[in-house]
Amino acid sequence: MMDADDRQIHDRSPGVEERESGAGVLTYTVGLVLALVATIASFVVSQTHLLWPPGVTVGLVVLAIAQIGVHLVFFLHLGSGPDNTNNILALAFGLLVVFLIITGSLWIIANLTANMPLLPVQ
Amino acid sequence: MAAVISSGFSTGVERADGAGPAPVRVVVAYGFWLFILSDIVMFSGLFAAYAVLSDNAAGGPTGRELFDLQKVFIETFCLLLSSYTCGLGALAAEWRKLKHFLIYAALTFSLGAAFLYIEFSEFAGMVSQGAGPTRSAFLSAFFTLVGAHGAHVTIGLLWLIYLVAQIVIKGLRPAVLRRLLCFSLFWHALDIIWIGVFTLVYLMGKQ
Repeated sequence: MMDADDRQIHDRSPGVEERESGAGVLTYTVGLVLALVATIASFVVSQTHLLWPPGVTVGLVVLAIAQIGVHLVFFLHLGSGPDNTNNILALAFGLLVVFLIITGSLWIIANLTANMPLLPVQ
Repeated sequence: MAAVISSGFSTGVERADGAGPAPVRVVVAYGFWLFILSDIVMFSGLFAAYAVLSDNAAGGPTGRELFDLQKVFIETFCLLLSSYTCGLGALAAEWRKLKHFLIYAALTFSLGAAFLYIEFSEFAGMVSQGAGPTRSAFLSAFFTLVGAHGAHVTIGLLWLIYLVAQIVIKGLRPAVLRRLLCFSLFWHALDIIWIGVFTLVYLMGKQ
């Protein structure tokens, strides 16, 4: 049984929908404000003694990760909705590869430098 | 409540309610998202190379002497604002407001071009004071990482010109709107990579 509403939905080729993404100006504005706060905070933290000096690097990394999260949610609209499951899974795999490449390189090269110190240039 | 239609074929990306294949824009965005992630994996290699080599200045100038954080802050601000105007432009296109879209596209282009101009003048200044990519391992890694990001921004600007021309000639059709969706994903992703660049290269290099 098909009523008028169903016919309207199914009278198109599959997958072509006049559906909007659901994002609004407010989403982008909130994202911009949060990203600006994180950016300004990281510049201030790096140039002042607001944080305990040895902790500045950790503070910068935390702020960068927070800002990346803000960009993913408010600009790239990566949410927890059913349409996003595949995107999130792909992101998780991408992050795993990025983590392996960066920490693996740093680990191996640090080990190499410790065990094979460079001789001073003649 | 829509009846469940068994369409007899599968796109591999089913809708959560089981009512047929996923919308084309969801599938297109997923494919482009996979490309962006592979681009981010490529950048992670450049980031790793920079992190490993950044201390090897070979007696030449170090980041502390070369970097000007005021310029970097303006660059960051330009790129962030252009991400914002790009998002608003995508909304205007979705709402079929051509004039608003063109204004936001022009703003996005000018902010991106301002970013590139500042970056290029920084590079030119460094090369002219003998701190070019051939000076040390640190500078080779610096120019490769920051230059790769700049090359992506350049490609993004060319792509934006091409898209605006398509929209002016063909109008705001669904197929063109999906290309615009891919562009805005690309542009926002470049901003995410820049967060890594200004944190790792500039702010930590200036410590």
